[in-house]
Amino acid sequence: MPKNTRNIVDWDEGEARRVIAPCARLRGGLLEALHALQHAFGYVPEESCALLAEAFNLSRAEVYGVRSFYEDFRSAPSGDHVIEVCQAESCQARGSRKLTAHAQNILGLRLGETSVDGHVTLRAVYCLGNCAVSPNITLDGKLYGRVSAERFDRLLKKAGL
Amino acid sequence: MSDLMTIYVPLESTARSLGADDVVLAIAEQAARCGQDVEIIRNGSWGMSWLEPLVEVVTDRGRMAYGNMTADDVPGLFDGGCEAMCLGLTAEIPYLGNQDRLTFGRCGLTDSLSLDDYQTHGGFRGLEKALGMTAGQIVAQVTASGLRGRGGAAFPTGVKWNTVLSADSARKYICCNADEGDSGSFADRLLMESDPFCLIEGMIIAALAVGADKGFIYLRSEYPLCKEILSEALITARAAGWLGENIKASGRDFDIEIRMGAGSYVCGEETAMLESLEGRRGMVRAKPPLPALEGLFGQPTVVNNVLSLATIPVILDRGAEFYRNYGQGNSRGTTAFQLAGNIARSGLVEKAFGISLRELVTDYGAGTATGRPLKAVQVGGPLGAYLYEGDLDLPMDYEAFADAGAVLGHGGIVVFDDSVDMVAQAKFAFDFCALESCGKCTPCRIGSVRGAELVAKIQAGEDMADNFSMIRELCDVMEAGSLCAMGGMTPIPVLSALKDFDRESGQ
Ligand SMILES: Cc1cc2nc3c(=O)[nH]c(=O)nc-3n(C[C@H](O)[C@H](O)[C@H](O)COP(=O)(O)O)c2cc1C
Ligand code: SF4
Repeated sequence: MPKNTRNIVDWDEGEARRVIAPCARLRGGLLEALHALQHAFGYVPEESCALLAEAFNLSRAEVYGVRSFYEDFRSAPSGDHVIEVCQAESCQARGSRKLTAHAQNILGLRLGETSVDGHVTLRAVYCLGNCAVSPNITLDGKLYGRVSAERFDRLLKKAGL
Repeated sequence: MSDLMTIYVPLESTARSLGADDVVLAIAEQAARCGQDVEIIRNGSWGMSWLEPLVEVVTDRGRMAYGNMTADDVPGLFDGGCEAMCLGLTAEIPYLGNQDRLTFGRCGLTDSLSLDDYQTHGGFRGLEKALGMTAGQIVAQVTASGLRGRGGAAFPTGVKWNTVLSADSARKYICCNADEGDSGSFADRLLMESDPFCLIEGMIIAALAVGADKGFIYLRSEYPLCKEILSEALITARAAGWLGENIKASGRDFDIEIRMGAGSYVCGEETAMLESLEGRRGMVRAKPPLPALEGLFGQPTVVNNVLSLATIPVILDRGAEFYRNYGQGNSRGTTAFQLAGNIARSGLVEKAFGISLRELVTDYGAGTATGRPLKAVQVGGPLGAYLYEGDLDLPMDYEAFADAGAVLGHGGIVVFDDSVDMVAQAKFAFDFCALESCGKCTPCRIGSVRGAELVAKIQAGEDMADNFSMIRELCDVMEAGSLCAMGGMTPIPVLSALKDFDRESGQ
């Protein structure tokens, strides 16, 4: 899920347990727990995997397996600002390849990278479901349609980037 | 000025992605400035996406539409300065007026989250009828309507429900597939954001039909606004007694929980979705057993797409006969065609099956947005075929598409102009498969990677003929040796994209 991760929180076992507990009561709630941890910490901290294994009565390997299967769950914090550029067909038809090149140029990052100062992350995303007004991006979790290079620059400026 | 002014501004992702929330703020400010009482209603979207944000002002004659509204234009709504942007009465805009709005009949019309609005416009009438019927009668209605699954595989919904109804089990589930991963598709989202109670009503009817007491909506994480809207709608429906224990004193219990996906395309495949709902990796299961018999947590389960379920209320309300009178052949009723990509009038067109691709792209869509010649149209998502000028007269009908080696899928239509590089599209199809493969079958997991490499060689101009024939062989293996359509259908976009390249290089 696109998310503004500005509030990265230091590892806190007590907090992690509190976040996991309600999800562990849901049948099949492991994904919910992973989402909740990511929401709380900005990513899914390594340390939480042992707690998840315990709470869901799984091996740690199983927990890693699930966490790593899904694109959404990150094992490291994202930048303070996250930009996702859609790479799927509808956006391709409206110039997403050019827009992506523009974004990479402006930010000095390739897709999937975070700036060294941890300020910005640029990521690929495959379909935001806004295909009638392609190309689309998200910036700090907010969806923007019909994003030309100019609009992209304006949005960055507004976000102080 | 004194009379209350009523203005509709959509609370829907597309409108918001183009500044609808800024428009709302601007309206409130302008209203305060000129001392005008204003009521702002956040409706759903009519699906005329190219006009978003589409703002409507209520007049004596009806709702007047203003397209592509920005915050800067707002003062004109108050002093008549916007007349040039006025599109006339919303209901009379031909794009909308010429549709067959059965499933999407309330989208745009109503305040998405108002239960009163929902019921004023026919909501819960289908469910009320269902409450007076036996399970077998409900299933028979759905079967007779000819409804086929709108998620892509087009399996008859009534037949699936009958299997679940006949299964002997104390616990059964209704799982709504809201993973909508296809690029070019947004109809599920538009419905959930614009008319969430309609999906809820459809799920309750499904539960009555098969004897389930628990439902899940598996919602993709890219749709956070859907989650908010659905969550609120569930709370409202529960409070009004439509969900929970003893629904409307019927003695029946049913409740719905939303579960979020996590960025995996293959989790839209129904068995991968069930694995994911159980908290595991989204690995596709072998069938049999059918999910209808051994689905979620091993129990009989109805898995249906959002639109299949959201079409149930109108079928129950107006009858199977009414519904099946739309459409042609074995494609009965209507479906949501989604005009996306490089198209001038993008949006959602609900029409009876049988309309031609050309009518959709040219008459409704008005050609490409860039004004350049149309080159290709990909129908049915990333696993669908690329079609060309010569294919445009194909009727939108499951069988006609199958005969042409194409698929309707979820109804997404992505238009490309002549600047598209079809070889790059073929490569993307392989890359996407490599990225999203669940990894169970070698032809899908490895074949997609090898395929992308072969296309890259063609792009580099190496041994074109040899590499072409290797791609064809590889596609045969993928088609024959894949457990699900991810690997099995990736050859469709690949070969249809290269068909064009073949033709060009042969000239
Ligand atoms: C790779 C893959 C992705 C799919 N994605 C979706 C999806 O996002 N939504 C959906 O409803 N069906 C999707 N399907 C189809 C489902 O497997 C299933 O047929 C459908 O949910 C059944 O519901 P229906 O009969 O109402 O269409 C997908 C299938 C495959 C093979
Ligand atoms: S075809 Fe691909 S996605 Fe489908 S089951 Fe096989 S490996 Fe998984």
